[in-house]
Amino acid sequence: MQASMSCRPKWGICKMNQDLIQYLLRLGDSALIQGQRLCEWCGRAPALEEELALMNVGLDLVGQARNWLEYAAELANDGRDADHLAFRRDERAYRNLLLVEQPNGDFAVTVLKQFFYDAWHLAVLEGLTHSSDSRLQGIAAKAVKEVTYHLRRSSEWVERLGDGTEESHQRMLAAIPQLWRFTVELSDSDAVEQRLHAAGLIGDPQQIAAAWQQQVERTFDSATLPLPAPACHFYLSGRQGLHSEHLGLLLAEMQFLPRAYPDATW
Amino acid sequence: MQPGDLIASDLGARAAAPGDLDQAWQVLGRVMDPEVPVVSVVELGIVRALAWDAGHLHVVVTPTYSGCPATEVIEADIRQALEDAGFRAPQLERQLHPAWTTDWITSTGRERLLAYGIAPPLGSANKRSLLGDNGSVNCPQCGSAHTELLSQFGSTACKALYRCCDCREPFDYFKCI
Ligand SMILES: [Zn+2]
Repeated sequence: MQASMSCRPKWGICKMNQDLIQYLLRLGDSALIQGQRLCEWCGRAPALEEELALMNVGLDLVGQARNWLEYAAELANDGRDADHLAFRRDERAYRNLLLVEQPNGDFAVTVLKQFFYDAWHLAVLEGLTHSSDSRLQGIAAKAVKEVTYHLRRSSEWVERLGDGTEESHQRMLAAIPQLWRFTVELSDSDAVEQRLHAAGLIGDPQQIAAAWQQQVERTFDSATLPLPAPACHFYLSGRQGLHSEHLGLLLAEMQFLPRAYPDATW
Repeated sequence: MQPGDLIASDLGARAAAPGDLDQAWQVLGRVMDPEVPVVSVVELGIVRALAWDAGHLHVVVTPTYSGCPATEVIEADIRQALEDAGFRAPQLERQLHPAWTTDWITSTGRERLLAYGIAPPLGSANKRSLLGDNGSVNCPQCGSAHTELLSQFGSTACKALYRCCDCREPFDYFKCI
């Protein structure tokens, strides 16, 4: 079924399109914010090879974000383009996962955050490669190859640090409680996602949650890291634009130039 | 679209002549990738299709990676080369599907990568190759199979960094994707 088939333009944007726009913002914003966080390592990574890898993963994610946000902008058709969505929306209008807006911390926190995100991201994209919407399918089929590679890298790092030296193991142990409660968003879904799944547009949220859980269990096991009990809900929700205090500061830096010089081109 | 674009595209419209598409393929065969300047955009499989549409050459291109920063440069280079060859206001279309794969790099393209010092992608792209299960990468300098992975990313997203354990030279491997 095509998303546009149930639309009646006379009555404005149909419900399904509104759901899809929300979902595209979630995908695009998460990729953009994760990419922006990775770019904060530019010039500060522990080794040159790591710097190149972090920047390249970030670049992939920013590129994917552009593809999602361009599609969202076309569907919304309200005069805003992808750049406008990225640089002119305030914190409350952002729909990214809480996980990706968390500060980078040390290399252990950065690696673990990337791993939690990659494991979720891959499962989401694999579901989207079977979407009934050809545009979603096309963007996802491209991104899924890149993210398979990202997960390969981040899961290997979790194993290397977890099952590494005494210090690297301790650092990973310290990173887990800093990030764990934000993983609650990686294994739940809301009515928007359930409707989109029922319409054949996105993958099954339950399968995504199960795939995430399995990947984390497997990697934590070989990394000799203890798996905490499933995270519980708390008062924030990235899906609803209720963010932690870190997102505003990130946006202030990311959006400064286009907001201060709205006509700048480069 | 800017006002000037409209004027330029109106001026250039003409009917297709026999041999136009062949000539355009030849022109594009001389447009090099900005990051690997020995391989053309045709040999890399970035140019997917050419057609004549409404008085203009229509070019379908696909990016290598979602975030490849060379995408805009490549499109500008393609446009410039075609304009220089007499194709007025070529229409470029960016197509994501089907997703670009290293399987589309031609055999000449692979030879040129090797001669340039970049190990070409091994075998064909699939999930196993993405997970690094594709056999040994040979050193482009001395041909030794005794090599090791230094980093999963090299100077660009499309490459990984290796080192030869025999001649000790570091080198880029064009990842199989
Ligand atoms: Zn060698």
